[in-house]
Amino acid sequence: MRNLLNLKTMVVSTIAMTSLMFSLTATSVENEVATLRDQTKIIEQQKPNLIPKVVNKDIKQGRNYPMQPPIIPHTIRSYEVNKYNNKCMSCHSRQLTEESQAPMVSVTHYMNRDGNFLAEISPRRYFCNQCHVTQLDTKELVENTFIDMHTMMKQKPSKASQH
Amino acid sequence: MTMKRLLILTWQTLTKPSGYYSLGFLVMGGFIAGIIFWGGFNTALEVTNTEEFCISCHEMENNVYQELKTTIHFTNRSGVRATCPDCHVPHKWTDKIARKMQASKEVWAMLFGTIDTREKFLAHRRQLAQNEWTRLKANDSLECRNCHNFDYMDFTEQSERAANQHSGALASGEKTCIDCHKGIAHQLPDMKGVEGW
Repeated sequence: MRNLLNLKTMVVSTIAMTSLMFSLTATSVENEVATLRDQTKIIEQQKPNLIPKVVNKDIKQGRNYPMQPPIIPHTIRSYEVNKYNNKCMSCHSRQLTEESQAPMVSVTHYMNRDGNFLAEISPRRYFCNQCHVTQLDTKELVENTFIDMHTMMKQKPSKASQH
Repeated sequence: MTMKRLLILTWQTLTKPSGYYSLGFLVMGGFIAGIIFWGGFNTALEVTNTEEFCISCHEMENNVYQELKTTIHFTNRSGVRATCPDCHVPHKWTDKIARKMQASKEVWAMLFGTIDTREKFLAHRRQLAQNEWTRLKANDSLECRNCHNFDYMDFTEQSERAANQHSGALASGEKTCIDCHKGIAHQLPDMKGVEGW
């Protein structure tokens, strides 16, 4: 009788434990992973967002700070920049800007780290897209609170005068 | 000896008038057989002119086809796409036959594994690309123009830079499509020494 009772409690507790574990893992997976996937359940496929268009106006855009690498104002779809080729340089290199009327890459890009000028673009500046990017015609994903230093300098005296 | 006798017998049979069959039967029979043979030939030719046929060789499937898949000629907003023969085989019959005869060399290369690895393919890439550039330059980018008709290009729909190039160098015939649009459907080889690079 006692053995039977033991067996019964064991079975019940095992079932309880497994169901608890299942519910625990299920909820944790759903909650944690789903948040990363924008509240979409793991078994569901989220509808992808629309892909915004690349700004292709060919008009120079201002720089937010002096050291900002200029942004690319045109599409660069399937422009190859790899160990064989650099498509960007077929317009922006020193020899080809006359024909293309594109801005020449800064002369610093021809300098090696010792400050000597090379005939070709320096290997350390070779991969254009490490710094230069295109812009998308879309809303900002997060709010941008960046303030240009000139704007900041203009604000300062007006604030001081208030006090 | 028997071979020679057989050849002589065949020749004599062919040069003598038929003793059994009527002229009408021979003419009609020849006509029908002609249709069947010509149809068969053309069907076989068209089979070799499909993308499935091209990528049945791993050289094509693993290299150029994979590269094509990422480009606008494979997938785009309107769903019009170019398959291998659209760009690589002339559409006019005589030119097509000429290209197909050239392609027999490619069968040879396939049998002997000239480009059967990625490394070998990359080593040959410049030469392979050069062949296509030369062909397109010589025929004024005919295969591009089969779809992209200059007369119906709307420059106002193009970006300013593109419109300038197309209404200038292209319109005057100074340049043809392939002069600027290299590597639009496949990756480029090492472009050292190529004009404009």
